[in-house]
Amino acid sequence: MQIDQLYQEIILDHYKHPHGRGLREPFAGEAHHVNPTCGDEVTVRVALDGDELSDISYDGQGCSISQASASVLHELLRGRSTSDALAAHEAFVELMGGRGQVEPDEAVLGDGVAFAGVARYPARVKCALLPWMAFKDATARAVDASSEEVAR
Amino acid sequence: MTATAIPRGMPQYDDVPRYDVERVRADFPILAREVNGHRMVYLDSGNTSQKPRVVIDAMREHLERHNGNVSRSVHTVGTEATEAYEGARVKVAAFIGAPTPDEVVFVKNATEAINLVAYGFLSSSLDVAGDPRFRLRPGDEIVISEMEHHSNIVPWQLLCERTGARLRWFRVTDAGRLDLSDLDTLINERTRLVSYALVSNVLGTVNPTSAVTKRAREVGALVLFDGSQAVPQLPVDVTDIDADFLAFTGHKMCGPTGIGVLWGRSELLAALPPFLGGGSMIETVTLERSTFAPAPAKFEAGTPPITEAVGLGAAVDYLSGVGMRAIQWHEKELAAYALDALATVPGLRLFGPRTAVGRVGTLSFDLPGIHPHDVGQVLDSLGVQVRVGHHCARPLCVRYEVPAMTRASFYLYTTFAEVDALVDGLARVRKVFA
Repeated sequence: MQIDQLYQEIILDHYKHPHGRGLREPFAGEAHHVNPTCGDEVTVRVALDGDELSDISYDGQGCSISQASASVLHELLRGRSTSDALAAHEAFVELMGGRGQVEPDEAVLGDGVAFAGVARYPARVKCALLPWMAFKDATARAVDASSEEVAR
Repeated sequence: MTATAIPRGMPQYDDVPRYDVERVRADFPILAREVNGHRMVYLDSGNTSQKPRVVIDAMREHLERHNGNVSRSVHTVGTEATEAYEGARVKVAAFIGAPTPDEVVFVKNATEAINLVAYGFLSSSLDVAGDPRFRLRPGDEIVISEMEHHSNIVPWQLLCERTGARLRWFRVTDAGRLDLSDLDTLINERTRLVSYALVSNVLGTVNPTSAVTKRAREVGALVLFDGSQAVPQLPVDVTDIDADFLAFTGHKMCGPTGIGVLWGRSELLAALPPFLGGGSMIETVTLERSTFAPAPAKFEAGTPPITEAVGLGAAVDYLSGVGMRAIQWHEKELAAYALDALATVPGLRLFGPRTAVGRVGTLSFDLPGIHPHDVGQVLDSLGVQVRVGHHCARPLCVRYEVPAMTRASFYLYTTFAEVDALVDGLARVRKVFA
């Protein structure tokens, strides 16, 4: 297996120059996820404007794969509707679970397609998924909070 | 290594037992394999060691020729299996200097060995008639260290939560040594048990024992040593180290997974309540109650890991054949070489002793700005197998303020060229993440 398939230029770029890093206010939902096997961690916050994800901010520490994945997620999903974002989330999870057999759709995943190589490294799939799982939780909390607001 | 002239009449370097590492390597079939197009450089023996052919063959031979259940059959293969299983116990006992094989309890791994003792303490604490040596009351204390593997932390945390006892620990110095400066206050009249590793799985430090056991005896505390990293690497004699209990595992010492050892002093094993209940551990059973077999059977409920015991017995024979003194010296030379070699890697931060004294060939380090996962992945692409993460010793990572470390751990088959491959690999890592 070629190591370059894993460490694609795009991934290293996002790792060295992360987009939108740092936790920001205001936010509607937050989630903190850790990978207990390696100590990687990430906190993701989402801000909602109606149904639009007006901001996705994050902070964390970990390997290039987990940190680049958070940067890609921010870049890709900020400004999208929650349903749109969750569809992309699903596509990313499918890609990661595909053991390299799933052909990624760049229209849906943007720079996320660079992670196709990660799916061939089972030990690293969790790294790539870490921010995405935190994002899903944070979004669910934000949506819950806003629907409570409406009910009140 | 710098050769220093040693005065005549003193022990010379040449007096140290040595072996031909290439001949040893030929005994390990897996060492010939390739990983990602490179000759495999296996530097993860602290995680699990590789197995020599004699171990693999002994297990196959047992299954092909002598398989039967132990301690209950009158038939031929059952008798042969029992002899093989008990024969392994005799070998292991001799290997660690145990006064009698009856002090050797076969368990699943070191984790189970430690839990066996912890649950013995718990059972005694719940029983008003429990043996006072194992009875914990609120305010009693258990002492561990900051450099323990989770398997020597979590069982004691659970025991303390359940009994109201308090968990305390030795700190670790910046240099990676056990900090004994507060020994006399840390181990005091309230201390009931002291439990720590003979050798750190992360730092490679060989920990002192006599000062601690002396203090423990003064206050009437028991001492358990986690020998998981020590028993494979250097000669360990339970009488020499004045232990009450010693836990270790088979798979790190050329044996198979699925078998570990708890050694305990006879009088303590006799007094310690059973852990798991079931077949083979009883004397007599009625529907109301049971009485128990003497140790070690008391602690070996159910069909034990028979084939694994045979494998461990073969491993012990193999290690004794090479010689534990020689293995210890081989590792010392490798550690000295690797310490010098890693010092040439720009920015590399080594955790643990910087000299090859009082340490084994286990070296953990950090490359600033490059996560250990990435270090390990690039090294793997070059065939170099290292461990990355917190090494089941998260408190130690917190102590050194890093989320994770990269660890290279050597064994009797490791060569200087493999240390060079690691250092070359690290240059490649730095290039990828520059």
